[in-house]
This record gives sequence, structure tokens and C-alpha cells, in this order.
Amino acid sequence: MSAPNARTPAIEEEVGGPSRLKHLAGRGVLYSLAIFFALFGALPFAWMVLTVFKTNTDLYKPQNNPFVYNDPPTLSNLDVLWNETNFPTFVGNTLLIAVLVVIITVIIVVPAAYSLVRLSSRWGESLGIMIFLVYLVPPTLLFIPLTGIVADVGLQNSKFSMVLVYPTFTIPFCTWLLMGFMRNFPWEIEEQAMIDGYTRLQAIWKTVLPVLVPGILTVVIFSFTLTLHEFVYALAFVQSSAEKTISVGVFTELIRGDAYFWQSLMAAAAVVALPVAIVYNLFLDKFIAGFTLGAVKG
Amino acid sequence: MSVSTATVVPVQKEKMERYVLENERVLGPLLLLPAVFYIFALVGLPLVLAVLYAFSTASAGNPRIESPNDFVGLRNFRAVLDDGVFLKALRNTIFFTLASQAIVIVLANILALVLSADFHGKRLVRFLIMLPWTTPIALSVLGWFWLFDSVYSPIDWLMREVGLLGPGTTFGPARNMYWLGETALAQGAVLLVHVWRTLPLATVILLAGLTAIPKDINDAADIDGAGFWRQLFYIRLPLLLPILAIATLFSMVFTFTDLTVSLVLTRGGPVNDTQVLSSWAYFKGIQGGNLAQGAAVALFMLPVLIAIAIVMLRLARRGGQD
Repeated sequence: MSAPNARTPAIEEEVGGPSRLKHLAGRGVLYSLAIFFALFGALPFAWMVLTVFKTNTDLYKPQNNPFVYNDPPTLSNLDVLWNETNFPTFVGNTLLIAVLVVIITVIIVVPAAYSLVRLSSRWGESLGIMIFLVYLVPPTLLFIPLTGIVADVGLQNSKFSMVLVYPTFTIPFCTWLLMGFMRNFPWEIEEQAMIDGYTRLQAIWKTVLPVLVPGILTVVIFSFTLTLHEFVYALAFVQSSAEKTISVGVFTELIRGDAYFWQSLMAAAAVVALPVAIVYNLFLDKFIAGFTLGAVKG
Repeated sequence: MSVSTATVVPVQKEKMERYVLENERVLGPLLLLPAVFYIFALVGLPLVLAVLYAFSTASAGNPRIESPNDFVGLRNFRAVLDDGVFLKALRNTIFFTLASQAIVIVLANILALVLSADFHGKRLVRFLIMLPWTTPIALSVLGWFWLFDSVYSPIDWLMREVGLLGPGTTFGPARNMYWLGETALAQGAVLLVHVWRTLPLATVILLAGLTAIPKDINDAADIDGAGFWRQLFYIRLPLLLPILAIATLFSMVFTFTDLTVSLVLTRGGPVNDTQVLSSWAYFKGIQGGNLAQGAAVALFMLPVLIAIAIVMLRLARRGGQD
């Protein structure tokens, strides 16, 4: 390919659209890069999914080509995961924790975001950023003192320790997220309701909340996925397998000394990770908007 | 226009409490109170405890600090510095953070440019590229763990097939690389996973900045005949600098404080060569039950985090004023 910079604008128009990358080196480079990065991102998951359906005799023979099925694929590993391990317990615990965390988060975050956007004119935005930065206080700095606190309130080795602690990261994150939804809110409808004689709380209930449903849904999704993502606190607080979450249970109990367990281990990881990714992806734009800290005007 | 006039609510029934709740100066703080309380009780207090623990005798068996006798001055720090692993962990933490972020900055700029262009299958590509960020890290690292397996690694198989590994070859005579068993390889593996993990985050933040650059600036540069590299270094990067800084700071925080990659992939090994501050704090404080020494190790993360938070607040404020 010749030096693309030498192309005159006229030639470029002949070839097609005015894409900047095309101007550099054509679609070939663009597609190669896109495919390379996509494969890089998907690599461990592709490897997981490929492994799940392999038989033992296929998997544990170093001479076998690991990228194909030398034996016919099998579903038996999923069966093992579901019926012969504690995985169903981990799933149940995680879902219970996630639902409770979502409820606590929504109850606390909706009033907080409303207050910051609507009732505290100038300092609301700064306070909002401060609250968001709390999200960046890492679990690895807090997990040791929180282990002490959790023990102190009698929740050591209980899944409810996580119900108590997880809102410490969902609240800051989701408050900021919801503030983003409220900034462009049609406040006239609330004012109109108050002019019509509703009290403020009635007006919030009748006019603000219904319009805010997409925002609240986003809060639900993110507090749910952040709960599924969490690993550090779950690792520190809980030791008995009856109380473990997926992320910790899979790591601590499904990795066995003997090798004959990789398929079910990969199944556990893939079965949880990929649905989470799909849901997360649907709401990704909201997530990014929060992370630009208002430095980008959308 | 107003539909709701039909449902006027009688005002006279308002009680005193209602009236108080109508006052914005009362209602505002009241609605904010639960969130602030939660954050103070379970982030603020532990943050203070994180410092106090480091100077105390707190242990898993007895986490309370009740009397001045429970404070032991710098004893924990002395013990932590003496065992030799701490300095290794500190060095590794800094190395993993700086090296991975240097790579991420370069790759994220390239990837953001790719994703800002239009092409077929872009939604799928974006989904796949985002996977490292959207999936739970403790689970995805298990995939890497299996990819780097000491016997069944597919990388080893490929190397054997092309004659790089095995008896009489460049990397032979061993038939496996032992990716997670050799110091340099294990460190490389941890570094790779950190890059893999934070690249999507940096990319999408950068992409948000890229799409916010007014189109006429690019058009004007095109008309003036500025080439791709000129536009990149003289227009795009300077305009992107604040958002690039934010992207880097975020992924720095996540890498600097990460426990999961080192723990799940290598458990800090071989011989603590991939140990980082957070994993060492975990082994000391939680597994070893010595909360005080674990807290002392983790405390070394705090100055860096405070510095990053200050820079971020400045950036956010500047962004708000523009």
C-alpha cells in the first residue's frame, strides 16, 4: 500500500467516504485492528467455552490439538457442576445478596440524588463528585478494618456481611449515575404539580418517580452487576461454603488439586460471566457518562 | 396545557410536619442523610480504622481497640519491613501499575480511534472488546489461569507444533513453559492481564472524549491539509488531554489496588515474585489473622490514592467550568 498521506482529497472522494482511518491506510488496517483487539478481549472466554464441552480423554492428552474437539462435545460437565458441586448454593447466595443490595441501594440513592440535583443548587454537583470519588476508595484498603467491624456486629462468616457492606460501593456509584439522569429532567412537571396543590413529597411520588424509571432501572442493573463482580470483601468475610458467593466459591472450592475438573470450573465461570457481560453492555453508555466526571459535555 | 388541574388537592389540611418537609433547607439534608450516614459509617470509619489498626494489636480474634495499651507505635511497620516480602510487593505494585498504564495509554488511543470509525460488525467488536471490563474479574482470570496451565497450556502446544518448545528447540528441552512458575513469565502474565483488564475502561472513556471533539475542528484541519499524524499530535491529543488524564487515573487506581489478578492467577508466586501490596495485606491480615500488620501493609496505598483523588477533583472542576 502506498503512502496514504499522498492521496489528494479528490481521489479519496472517488474511493468512498471521508473516514479518517481510511485516509491513513485503508479499511484493511481498521479491520485488522478491530479483529485483533476483539480476539484479545474474548480470548479467555473463548477458551472457557471451548473447554466446557470437552471430554476428559480429549482434554488431558497433551498431544491433542487443544483448539478442536478430538472427541465429540459433551454436556456432562455442566451436569457435574450443577449436581456434584456447591455451585447452586453459591448462585443462590449471590442472588439473595444482590437483590437485597439492590433494594437498599435504590431506597438510599433516589432521595440522595434528588436532594443533590434539586435541593442543593451550587454545592450539589461538587458534593456529588465527592460522593463518586468514595467509589474509588478501594476494597483492598477497607477490607481489613471492615473484617473487624463485621466481626464486631456478629456477621462474620455470614452472607449478610456482604449485604451490609456492598452498598458502600453501590451507593456512591449509583448516586452519581442517577444525578446524570436528573440533570436534564423536565422539572416543570414537578413545579406544575406543586402549583396544583400537591406537597413536594406527593409531587415527587406522582411526577418525578414515574419519569425517572429508566434511571432507577439503570441503578438496579449496576448495583446488581457490581455485586456479582465483587470478590475482595466476599473473600475476606466468609469462610464456610454455605455462605459463599459465586466469585469466591468458584475460586476457592472448584479449583481442586487433581486436574480432572477444568471443564466444570470453566463452565461455572462462563455461565456467570457472559450473561453479566451482556446486561452490562446494554447499559454501558450510562456507565461511561458517569466516569467522564463531566469533563466531556455530551 | 396542565392536565392535572382536575385533581387539585386541598391545601388547608396540611399538618405542621408536612410544612417542615416543604422547606428545602430541611428536606434537602434529610433526603441526603441516609447516603451520607452509610458512607461515614462504612467507608469513613473503616478508613480511620485502617490507620488505627496499623498502629495497634488488632487481630482477627480480637479486632477491638479499647485502651491506649492496644497501641504499639511503629512495631507493625517494623515487622512488615523486616520480612523482606513487603519491599518486593511494593516494587511489584509500582511496576505493574506504571508498566500496564504506559501500555494501556498507547493501546487505548489506538483502540478508541478504531471504535470511532464506522465498520461492519462494530457492535459485536465492541461487545468483545469490553468483555474484560464487563465480566467479573475473579471469573475471567480463571480463564487466563487455564490458558497458562503448566501442562495443558494451548500456548505451549502451539510452540511445540512450530518447533519452539520441546527437546532440541529454542525454548527446550522442557515440553512446557511453566508460565506461572517462572518469575519473569509470571510477572509478564500478571502484567498482561492487568493491561487486558483496564484497556476497555480507558478506551471507552477516551472514546467519549473523542466523539465530543467538535466535527468542524477536524473538518477545518482536513481542509488545511493537516495529515493524520499532525492532526493526532496537534489537535486530537491536546484536546483529549484532560479526558486522557481521567481515563489513566481511573485505571491506575484499579490496577494499583487490585488484589484479584495476583491472587487468582499466581497467589503471589512464584516465591512472592508477583505479590502486590493488596495481596500481601490479604495474606498477612486475613489469612494470617494479623489485622494490624495487614493494615500496615495496605496503608502504603493511601498516599498514592489521596494524590490521585486530588488530581481528579481538579480535573473535574476544570471540566465543569469549561
